[in-house]
Amino acid sequence: MVIDSEISTKKIWQILETVCDPEVPVLTVTDLGIIRDVKIKDNEVEIIITPTYTGCPAMDMIAINIKWALLEKGYKKIKITSVLSPAWTTDWMSEEGKRKLKDYGIAAPDRKFEIAVDGVACPLCNSTCTKLISEFGSTACKALYQCRDCKEPFDYFKCH
Amino acid sequence: MKISSIDHILQLADNALIIAQRNAEWCGHGPILEQDIAITNISLDLLGQARNFYQYTATLMGNDATEDSLAYLRTEREFKNCLLVEQPNGDWGQTILRQFFFSAYQFLLYKKLKDGSDEQLSAIAEKALKEVTYHLRWSSEWVIRLGDGTKESHQRMLTAIDELWRYTGELFIAADYEKSTGADVSLLKDEWMEKIVTVFNEATLPVPEKVFMQTGGKTGIHTEHLGFILTELQYLQRAYPNATW
Repeated sequence: MVIDSEISTKKIWQILETVCDPEVPVLTVTDLGIIRDVKIKDNEVEIIITPTYTGCPAMDMIAINIKWALLEKGYKKIKITSVLSPAWTTDWMSEEGKRKLKDYGIAAPDRKFEIAVDGVACPLCNSTCTKLISEFGSTACKALYQCRDCKEPFDYFKCH
Repeated sequence: MKISSIDHILQLADNALIIAQRNAEWCGHGPILEQDIAITNISLDLLGQARNFYQYTATLMGNDATEDSLAYLRTEREFKNCLLVEQPNGDWGQTILRQFFFSAYQFLLYKKLKDGSDEQLSAIAEKALKEVTYHLRWSSEWVIRLGDGTKESHQRMLTAIDELWRYTGELFIAADYEKSTGADVSLLKDEWMEKIVTVFNEATLPVPEKVFMQTGGKTGIHTEHLGFILTELQYLQRAYPNATW
């Protein structure tokens, strides 16, 4: 029966790939890297998630959305478990996720800018002649920038 | 695995909750929009930390305890937060200085807790440390900007130091319930002082000497400010018990 459960786990991962982050709707929960594990035991599906930022209000929403997505596909017993360790890092974000972020107008996390300083590439015109406006942006995960070339303001998804 | 004392975890929660509530008072009143967003983001991080600590406490207490009952239904004397976090916002300089003192303390404390033997506390600290690192950098930069800024901003920072320094001693005096844990707060003092001196030097601010230190918060003896904070924070649950969204 090992193969059966492997197939079911795979199916669940596919469903999770359709659940989006409410704050940054181009990213799915799998792009973000917050799904740590999927377990199936006696008809119960357990999804292990880890929060991005401790106080991120989107986390409760995300847990509800995951539950909904699974309920819609006919799963009845669903348990969402939140674990804190190891702590989430933007290194777990998928390359696909980073590409989608940039297309959406948000500069993706870049270890060269571990500390947010001037020079993060503008997601619109790719210029690196950019200025940090504020270390904190519209959500806990972002910093605010402005491009000196195209003049557009933009968000940078901070390294965490 | 070693479990910390409930009172100790409650203290960590109360500290985070009360400074989060104070910082949240700036919402819509920040000196400029970006800093209004910054201070409220910091508030949100701290509220998240408080929730994690309260949730952990509630699990250990059992019965009907929840994160909400712990935050909303305890009285002043039951709160164990240090006096520093309950001090009024004052002007921007005073808020910045309070955050700087506290972030520098939290940074060292969480590093210790992260390596401690209580696994859940260690996990919460590991997660929160990333955020606190950010808070400490942000508040240090502001202390320098204001201290080494204009004559007016320098003067205001001197006043803020006058107001707040007397509440920093308490951070490093362990209450009985703190003594059983791996993180001996008295051992954090030297490193904390080093950080303060470095930043104050750059900010051209003097480090006070021989100031009488106020204590009491850790055992529930608070300044008059806490009652007012709780009145606002707990109003809804007191007026409409068990109200939910």
